[in-house]
Amino acid sequence: MGKANLDVYSETLIELASADKNILAVTSDSRGSGKLVPFADMFPDQIIEVGIAEQNLVGVAAGLASAGKCVFATSPACFLATRSLEQIKNDVAYSNQPVTLVGISAGVSYGALGSTHHSLHDVAVLRAINNIDVVVPADNFEACEAVKAAAKSSKPVFIKFGKKIMPHLPRLEQTYEIGKASIICEGTDVVFIACGETVAPAYEAAMLLEEKGISVEVISMHTVNPLDKTAVLNAAKKCKAVITVEEHSVNGGLGEACASLLMQSGVFIPFKIVGIPDEETVAGSQNEIFGHYGITGEGLFQSAIILLE
Amino acid sequence: MQKYTDLELQIKSVKYRLALLKYIKMANAGHTGGSLSCTDILNVLYNDVLQVTPDTFHDAHRNRYIQSKGHSVEALYVVLADMGFFPESDLETLCKYKSKYVGHPTRKVNGIEFNTGALGHGMPISAGIALAAKKDKADYKVFTLIGDGELAEGSNWEAAMMAAHYKLDNFITILDHNTLQITGHNVDVCSPHPIDEKMKAFGWHVVSIDGNNIVQLRETFSHIPEVKDKPTFVIANTVKGKGVSYMEGVKKWHHGVPTDEQYNQAVEELNVELFRLRSLIN
Ligand SMILES: Cc1ncc(C[n+]2csc(CCOP(=O)(O)OP(=O)(O)O)c2C)c(N)n1
Ligand SMILES: [Mg+2]
Repeated sequence: MGKANLDVYSETLIELASADKNILAVTSDSRGSGKLVPFADMFPDQIIEVGIAEQNLVGVAAGLASAGKCVFATSPACFLATRSLEQIKNDVAYSNQPVTLVGISAGVSYGALGSTHHSLHDVAVLRAINNIDVVVPADNFEACEAVKAAAKSSKPVFIKFGKKIMPHLPRLEQTYEIGKASIICEGTDVVFIACGETVAPAYEAAMLLEEKGISVEVISMHTVNPLDKTAVLNAAKKCKAVITVEEHSVNGGLGEACASLLMQSGVFIPFKIVGIPDEETVAGSQNEIFGHYGITGEGLFQSAIILLE
Repeated sequence: MQKYTDLELQIKSVKYRLALLKYIKMANAGHTGGSLSCTDILNVLYNDVLQVTPDTFHDAHRNRYIQSKGHSVEALYVVLADMGFFPESDLETLCKYKSKYVGHPTRKVNGIEFNTGALGHGMPISAGIALAAKKDKADYKVFTLIGDGELAEGSNWEAAMMAAHYKLDNFITILDHNTLQITGHNVDVCSPHPIDEKMKAFGWHVVSIDGNNIVQLRETFSHIPEVKDKPTFVIANTVKGKGVSYMEGVKKWHHGVPTDEQYNQAVEELNVELFRLRSLIN
């Protein structure tokens, strides 16, 4: 087992900041939840606190970036992608300021705190805004690489992290590039295209299916926008069915992005979107919510069996 | 004629504190410090001011309470249970799988007006309700409770400006001024001061009281609006973690859950206070 991706974020940011004084973390009473307290202790001049004011957070981050700073604006994903949406759209994306927006405790990481604290819509809204990469790392490797890539990127990036301890996933190639999917394992019967903390259960399902003689491909689509179209089309062409998995509403996320691409490319094969349905999300911890909606190794195994029938 | 004496309400506050700690401990989750700081405010509002009961909750002209600092939901849950909105034992499911008692207020729970928990929403919502009351020439009042860290959200100031413009003297904002937020003291995070002068400049009538003092809270709420045509801003000076010695004024108790030992100590301290207050009866 590895660590929580959020911990990897903070460690990577410390590593980057110790070599580069230009890196700034901007927080909205969120350094604790963003695991940035050690960062703040080590680099007191490189953290800017704006108070509980997410709109201000993003506006200030855009201003700092325009003056040449390398900015990581960090706030719970639920508030960052909702409260500050207009600032993200105009000040960051359309004004093309290379801010990295870090959405912490994403998806249903805050489980029992309820729907105000869930971010099941962030990918959908941000996909509809031009000029911002939407990145959802699956494991510690991707989390670390995504932070490093974002620091170097000349355009806006949104990255979201959960709090769950993540296993280290295998991958065909130990390389990382924003916009280029990672193939976790190759197969020819069914492909799971997943992102973030749902890649691990998809991989678990793959192992269960392999035991039944079903050949499974798992793709970590860590960049949901822009989508790695080649990876989706290649997988869909060699497999009999596609299942997408995400810790997000089934409306407007990774699943619909893949569906749209496949339909418009003339690829018509059995297809299922697994995510959080359009209903009042059940109360519980992240694990309980995942279990409830079938985002587990067993649940995804069942989805695959049904889809292949 | 008031339903309860000051002493009876003081006793209720201690009971509420005991109850909210019990359910936070059971759930192994909760916003402890901020619930303890606003307990006396909720106590006086529900038992003395609002006159909202399960029977009157659906009256169009009921007084409204919107808890903007939604994270302090445990205090609200125990007070609503005491008012008869649901059995207190329901709270044994707090934050559990499939429970409707989640970590922030939702309208699934009887007695709750709005889903809150994202900070900075209570003032605009309340201004809207207060404006509707004015349009309907109804005489009900709207109360909202905000945190001092929460003051940084711009939406509060947008609503403050607008409420004064529309002369919403039926609108009362209570600031739970416990001086702390998650990261630390407000003054170190992003200072909101001077709060009173800012609100006055925004056109509000401002009063500053001890927000853990039942007598002062009752007195303040008994004559609102004090100034015609102006919304009222009550700066309730409180102690975060009030009532539990090791939590008082300590930032980590924002969302801390006590260990077994700490829990027992908290219960003991509150029971001593309960005993002291009961000995004062007659
Ligand atoms: C819009 C929004 N941003 C951030 C948070 C996370 N959060 C919950 S409580 C809190 C601190 C609140 O401090 P304060 O308003 O002083 O409340 P109190 O001290 O009364 O608990 C924060 C930042 C939130 N709930 N909503
Ligand atoms: Mg406070």
